[in-house]
Amino acid sequence: MSAAGDSDVTVTMVGFARTLRAAGVDASPERVQAMVTATSHLDVCRRADVYWAGRCTLCGSPDDIARYDRAFAAYFAGDVAPPLRRQTPVQVVRPIAVPGPQRSRRRRSDDDPTPAATASETEILRHRDLARLTASEREVVRRLIASIDPLGEPRLSRRYRRSHHGPLDPRRTVRAMLRRGGEPVRLERRRRRVRPRRLVLIVDVSGSMQPYADPFLRFAHAAARRRPGTEVFTVGTRLTRVTREIRDRDPSAALSAVTGAVADWSGGTRLGELLKAFLDRWGQRGVARGAVVVVASDGWERGDATLLGDQMARLHRLAHRVVWANPHRGQPGYEPMTAGMVAALPHVDDFVDGHSLAALQRLAQVVSGARSTHA
Amino acid sequence: MTPDVTSPQQLVQLLDEQGYFADEGLATAAYLALSMRRPLFCEGDAGVGKTALAGALARVLDAPLIRLQCYEGLDAAQALYDWDFPRQLLHLRAGEAAGIADADRLEAEIYDRRFLVARPLLQALETTPSVLLVDEVDRADDEFEAFLLEVLSDFTISVPELGTIHAETPPVVVVTSNRTREVHDALKRRCLYHWLEHPDLAREVAIIRRRLPAATDALAEAVARVARVARGEDLLKPPGVAESIDWTEALLALGAHDLGADNLDRAAASLGAFLKYREDQERVVDRIAEWAAAG
Repeated sequence: MSAAGDSDVTVTMVGFARTLRAAGVDASPERVQAMVTATSHLDVCRRADVYWAGRCTLCGSPDDIARYDRAFAAYFAGDVAPPLRRQTPVQVVRPIAVPGPQRSRRRRSDDDPTPAATASETEILRHRDLARLTASEREVVRRLIASIDPLGEPRLSRRYRRSHHGPLDPRRTVRAMLRRGGEPVRLERRRRRVRPRRLVLIVDVSGSMQPYADPFLRFAHAAARRRPGTEVFTVGTRLTRVTREIRDRDPSAALSAVTGAVADWSGGTRLGELLKAFLDRWGQRGVARGAVVVVASDGWERGDATLLGDQMARLHRLAHRVVWANPHRGQPGYEPMTAGMVAALPHVDDFVDGHSLAALQRLAQVVSGARSTHA
Repeated sequence: MTPDVTSPQQLVQLLDEQGYFADEGLATAAYLALSMRRPLFCEGDAGVGKTALAGALARVLDAPLIRLQCYEGLDAAQALYDWDFPRQLLHLRAGEAAGIADADRLEAEIYDRRFLVARPLLQALETTPSVLLVDEVDRADDEFEAFLLEVLSDFTISVPELGTIHAETPPVVVVTSNRTREVHDALKRRCLYHWLEHPDLAREVAIIRRRLPAATDALAEAVARVARVARGEDLLKPPGVAESIDWTEALLALGAHDLGADNLDRAAASLGAFLKYREDQERVVDRIAEWAAAG
């Protein structure tokens, strides 16, 4: 423990906290102060005591602990803190095209140069394939996606609200009686409150989904901004939880944060395996329980389709509803032929399109409870 | 009566006497919770002994354990306090019957401390010393987290009709979570955080032996070995220590004293005490003998 041996303990701790923050642990000043207090109750010269004092006060989740262990080993061995932050992967988010005066090829012959489209143009845009948009059209579509309000299907909450009808509210009734000298002047009634179900979005970011991953993530952003309980994951060659990153108010900033966090853009897909990882780590613990789960993928499974089928069955048992949005479904003559899709479909409640703005708007209706036809 | 705990090592000893085997990390976290008067936030898989820790701490401190089980919709009337309306009404009627005409006095009387029913959080503040267990806080909703935060940050509860109730000595608080959802950072920041791992082989054997003195060493060790391998096997629901104990108990009831070849039928028959998914049982059932002998 050479670092703590001769220099001021607090200085050492603050230096350690800085190393820790560089490693991605949220060691706020409040937490650092708690660590200093904690070490004062223990033996500052014992390595184990300092380790546990820091771990109890500076960490806040099991993910933090691995980072903490590395930083602790490095810092108290006297090493320079290695940059532990993951290297930024290839940037995929495209620069935002400023809605310029140039007109798109397909626009009809009116003179309005702004992309703030008229009703009929929006209508055409709504149904256009998201993979075939011009830069300015994409901008309009992005804005329209941001205005979608995907709300989970309602369920009855365990909390009550006041109501004119419904069962008696004993507490409020008696309270009112007390105010009136014990006379039951008025019977108060209550109803269960209604809350939206949690929305869980699993977005495929593999190569075959490339033009559609961005709109789906924007859809996820619209949902996550409006409902704090929404969970968002990406799958490609690995599973990434992007719920934190996607919460940024600005869609483009949120999307670049997501890009930074996802290391496997445009790779292959191992849907079954990753779905299993999702269910083991998050889904079964509670994230998927009673939730509306949307899988946005083309169903191109590189791995074993049987595994995908099993995991979809598991997901279906946990979730309230499973919705699969497939961008290829909307194309004329589409048949679910890929092995992955065939294995997954028996365990899907709603199989919907995902290739256009209209399809995304429809998806928002489906997650909020409107039934769609099963393929 | 309350022994003074002066070091984590001593706490290990004291917990051991109460039948709880804590490792150094957990003992240090619990020791800090006692000496810093901060709530201890325990996370970990189901069955690693989060709830049992609170019970053991209560016995070490010779303090009552006050438990609040969380669930969705838990509200202030169930967690903090509630007015005893029937008694208040009776008091009102009794006052009228006795001919007390002073309405103001009657009203002041019905909002007295004796008509307040203390729920777990208020009970814990009013009982010194006490150990408060807020169990499975991840099952509660955001609304509950908000007022739990208020209580845990300054250990006061304000009752509008009565005033603020302050804890003389804050209770020892253990908050547990199974991580079914992410608990708000603000709550975690006010707590000491500890992630509980499954115990190692020797500790698990000791726990089983302590809880079930009738179990032989051979049986306890075989079960612990199977449990250890099973946790690394990617099962749908890995067994916790609680399941190991249940299974050992089931095996004992069936008359098995080890997991040798002649007891494998019994092991298979009682596997439901250990693994709670059919898929998991199918994967494990043929390999019990192999795992029980694994180094």
